[in-house]
Amino acid sequence: MELLKKYPKLFQWLFLLAVFFALCFAIDVPETYKFIRGQAEFVKDPNQSAFVFLGKEVRYYAFDVFWRLPPLLGWLPIWINDSLFFLMNDWMPMEFWNEDTQEYKTRPLVLQITRNLTAFMTFLIELIREILLGGLETIVAFTSWDWIDANPWAELPGLPWTIVAAGSAILAYKLGGKGLALYALLSMTYISIFGQWKPSMQTLSFILVAAPLSFIFGLGLGVAAYKSKRVEKALYPILLVMQTMPQYAVLVPALVLFGVGDHAAVIITMIVAVPPMILLTLLGLRAVPPEVIEAGRMSGCSNWQLMSKVLIPTARRDILIGVNQVIMVCFSMAVISAFIGAKGLGFNLLLALNQLNIGLALEAGLCISLIAILLDKMSLAWANKQVDYFGNLNFFQRNKNSLFFGVIVIIGILLAYFGSIYFKDGYNYLFEVPHNKGISTADFWNKGVDWIFDTFFVYIKAFNTWLIVDVLQPMRALYLRMPAVATLVLVVGAGYLIGGVRSALVVCGLTLFIALSPWWDRALVTTYMATFGVLVSCTIGFTVGTLCFQNKHSTNFMLNVCDIFQTFPSFVYLIPVMMLFGITDTSVLIAVIVYATIPATRYTIEGLRSVPAGLHDAATMSGVTKFQRLFKIEFPLAFPHMMLGLNQTIVFALFMVIIGAFIGTEDLGQYILKALSDKKGAGIGLTLGICVAFIGLIFDNLIRTWVGQRKKHLGID
Amino acid sequence: MSEPVIKCQSVYKIFGANAERMLKEANGNVDAKTFQENGCIVGVNNASFEVSKGEMLVVMGLSGSGKSTLLRCISRLTDATGGKIFIEGQDLLNLNNKELIDLRRNKMGMVFQSFALLPHKTVLENIAFPLQIKGIKTEDSINKAMDMVKLVGLDGRENYFPRELSGGQQQRVGIARSLAVEPDIWFLDEPFSALDPLIRKEMQDEFLRLQEKLQKTIMFITHDFDEALKLADRIAIMKDGIIEQLDTPANIVLNPATEYVRKFTEEVPREKVLLIKDVMDEITSDNMGDIKVSKDEIIENVAEKILTQEKTVAVTDGKNNIVGSINPAKIINTVFGGRKNNH
Ligand SMILES: Nc1ncnc2c1ncn2[C@@H]1O[C@H](COP(=O)(O)OP(=O)(O)O)[C@@H](O)[C@H]1O
Ligand SMILES: [Mg+2]
Repeated sequence: MELLKKYPKLFQWLFLLAVFFALCFAIDVPETYKFIRGQAEFVKDPNQSAFVFLGKEVRYYAFDVFWRLPPLLGWLPIWINDSLFFLMNDWMPMEFWNEDTQEYKTRPLVLQITRNLTAFMTFLIELIREILLGGLETIVAFTSWDWIDANPWAELPGLPWTIVAAGSAILAYKLGGKGLALYALLSMTYISIFGQWKPSMQTLSFILVAAPLSFIFGLGLGVAAYKSKRVEKALYPILLVMQTMPQYAVLVPALVLFGVGDHAAVIITMIVAVPPMILLTLLGLRAVPPEVIEAGRMSGCSNWQLMSKVLIPTARRDILIGVNQVIMVCFSMAVISAFIGAKGLGFNLLLALNQLNIGLALEAGLCISLIAILLDKMSLAWANKQVDYFGNLNFFQRNKNSLFFGVIVIIGILLAYFGSIYFKDGYNYLFEVPHNKGISTADFWNKGVDWIFDTFFVYIKAFNTWLIVDVLQPMRALYLRMPAVATLVLVVGAGYLIGGVRSALVVCGLTLFIALSPWWDRALVTTYMATFGVLVSCTIGFTVGTLCFQNKHSTNFMLNVCDIFQTFPSFVYLIPVMMLFGITDTSVLIAVIVYATIPATRYTIEGLRSVPAGLHDAATMSGVTKFQRLFKIEFPLAFPHMMLGLNQTIVFALFMVIIGAFIGTEDLGQYILKALSDKKGAGIGLTLGICVAFIGLIFDNLIRTWVGQRKKHLGID
Repeated sequence: MSEPVIKCQSVYKIFGANAERMLKEANGNVDAKTFQENGCIVGVNNASFEVSKGEMLVVMGLSGSGKSTLLRCISRLTDATGGKIFIEGQDLLNLNNKELIDLRRNKMGMVFQSFALLPHKTVLENIAFPLQIKGIKTEDSINKAMDMVKLVGLDGRENYFPRELSGGQQQRVGIARSLAVEPDIWFLDEPFSALDPLIRKEMQDEFLRLQEKLQKTIMFITHDFDEALKLADRIAIMKDGIIEQLDTPANIVLNPATEYVRKFTEEVPREKVLLIKDVMDEITSDNMGDIKVSKDEIIENVAEKILTQEKTVAVTDGKNNIVGSINPAKIINTVFGGRKNNH
């Protein structure tokens, strides 16, 4: 009894667990239950039940409601789909002037808007692409094919790779100094020599459109949300869902709205990249001290000046993290949007993975990563750039970079010209090294993979078998064995114990949505994979983070490593694991673990760093050992921060699990992937995406609430 | 006398949703308690005063007494709920946005307790900031900023970032920035409160030196009574948004208007505050020695001279005319006994 009084929370939790297990044992598995038979879309089976809602028929296998809830939301995907099609094809037809046919044409409004939007995106991408690689579309857009025929000089080729490489090096030098310039030059040269120039430039042109647009929109909306409470309130729920929505899931509805190709990819990328940018902008602007704002006002700033010269620069740190995220998402999407026909490295990567050509995949992946890191570092350097007011420079000194670039252009053109004479018969390597005509290391890697496979096959196989048979399958079975009611009780109970009625209601709503969708079983599998990944990632991340924190150099080193790893597009993580484990669940899980370990490690370190130095010294002075200090002072104080890391870890893990569908899993991701090639997949894809987002949000809500209380308790904020 | 530079008439600032309606209903009789019960916080309560050209008014009060709020009303960083404010005869509350910006760009400078420097700009850029906002050419503004750097003694550090400076140095930047546009009116909100006592003293002296040179009209805010006494031409003492007393330091020490003010003045060493003219007597026919003291001297500085005299000492004005007398007993009385005489 006394114990109960001393630890009331503990007993409440024990009680909750007891109820949960009791429910699990009390409710038997129905005899007819077989995994993945929740929904039957195509087969008509007399055992199925059906209901009609909003004119949509939903068929499903009915079970005891305690075991699995009926998919009462089964009409939702179909409804979304029909609505989308209605919007696109029938809603608000209007007369629009058609440039090509020189006449008015009737078109639905939404279709017209999306077509104009995509035309604009296409134009931007093509413009950059043609500067880099050559082409006529842009010039034709301003003139006509006849004009081109009359003026053959306008058929300019793209820039020779030498100019682009040297130009990026000069830009890097101007922004970030010698080191960055060297990196730029080396990576560009690498890309060219290894025959990845064309796809790389295609990807780059995509990024150069998507990233700035996402940045501008994110910043603009962030500012709007900062200025108006109403805008913020309207945006916030969307932002939350988008933050946890897997990128795959956005692809499908966007496919319907914007068609296939690079332009659609840009728009999708913006949809995914803008939310974090908005959130971080808002966060940064909120954190600007009021006195700094007043100082700006007293300096006589107009509203515009206050925003552009005081608020945004002061909030620079958070905004930069936003930029970093935007770039990260853009590169991630550069790969994923290959599913909907975007060209470039991503397409090659997917193709290679599909053919199990690990070597080729590795090359493409490496190029994406190189460019990603370059752009990331350049944007950082740009934001931190200083102006020198005292240099009394003459014209030449002031414009030396531009002049230098001019010289480079001339040299590059001359080189290309000589190249065209020298390499008369073959390819002009000084202009562009054609795809797959460069040096290729693919064979080397493939042989390496083969060698590893031959040599370690037994061990790998044994490990694989052990993991799958002894760990994964039992775990999965356990998750699937949970009756829906028991899960609900557990989740809602946890919500209540952590955050009271409000939290319980939110969590209950989120869980119910998933439970009432046709994919509860799949969601359980997704959750099981994510849970496994998160558990392992956290263990590794917390351990590594703590160890690295013992020393200043290793701390910085680890943070840098995290930075770089984070810049890799998520798909790249699939390459090495497929190399080692082939097409199995193990591969997916290991990719999940690697990917999710990044935030776990980072937040552990940052959490430990956030412990005030004063406390550190005080503890040392009072004679505690290193271990005592770690467990009695640093961990408890760093815990809120570390829990936010857990939050990120979960989101990362979920993303990777969904991406893992590409390798082949039996969870929500698999259905999302299926929806991609389904003409009526938009509704399904979106609903599935929302399900995944909700899984993330359930944890997000619980963790955030808990962290908030914990912070209050510790008196830190 | 010419027009006052700053003039406040019954200024109120009340925070809360229906502050304006409540103020109207209160009919000029604002009671903090009843307002609080209705969810309103009274920041400034019926403040009326004038500051004339070249004068330094120090606003003193404990934390939360509404000093900053008053200052923010006068700089219109926040709009007063009621009352009128005139800056050089212009009705501040009637200015439109553009006029207000013009006023701030040319007439007003402000220094903040937490320095409020822009973290992404160097010392020089911070100081040049108000100039660049005004639209002055980069080269000119940088040159002007460099002059200000020299004025506050930060030469050699102009390319540092705020985070690389000590608190005192950061505040020097803040001061230089507020002076860069050569404003007539200078607002300082607890500029030295965040500094160590030693640095604070140094900055106060520096500040007096600057003011000697620049002769600005100043509103200086502090919660430190000693600082107020040291700097002020006149002091306004605030409590719960109300100005309890506004007077010269000597008068505040000699004749505290309320119990609250008296408590403040109790511990104050009078000889450091009062001038000879505050305590001198009429010209007497007593035998006066050769020594003369100026009526504008602080007692502390001349006490020893007078006390060693044992005679009544003549008091002179600036032109060396005798305007009064003072005897040593009076000094002793002021320094040691005076405290209980007031009530
Ligand atoms: N924006 C605000 N909203 C509500 N109350 C405020 C606001 N600003 C100040 N106050 C209140 O007004 C009172 C005076 O504050 P302030 O002028 O900052 O005091 P001081 O500068 O003298 O320390 C305080 O009680 C404070 O809580
Ligand atoms: Mg204040």
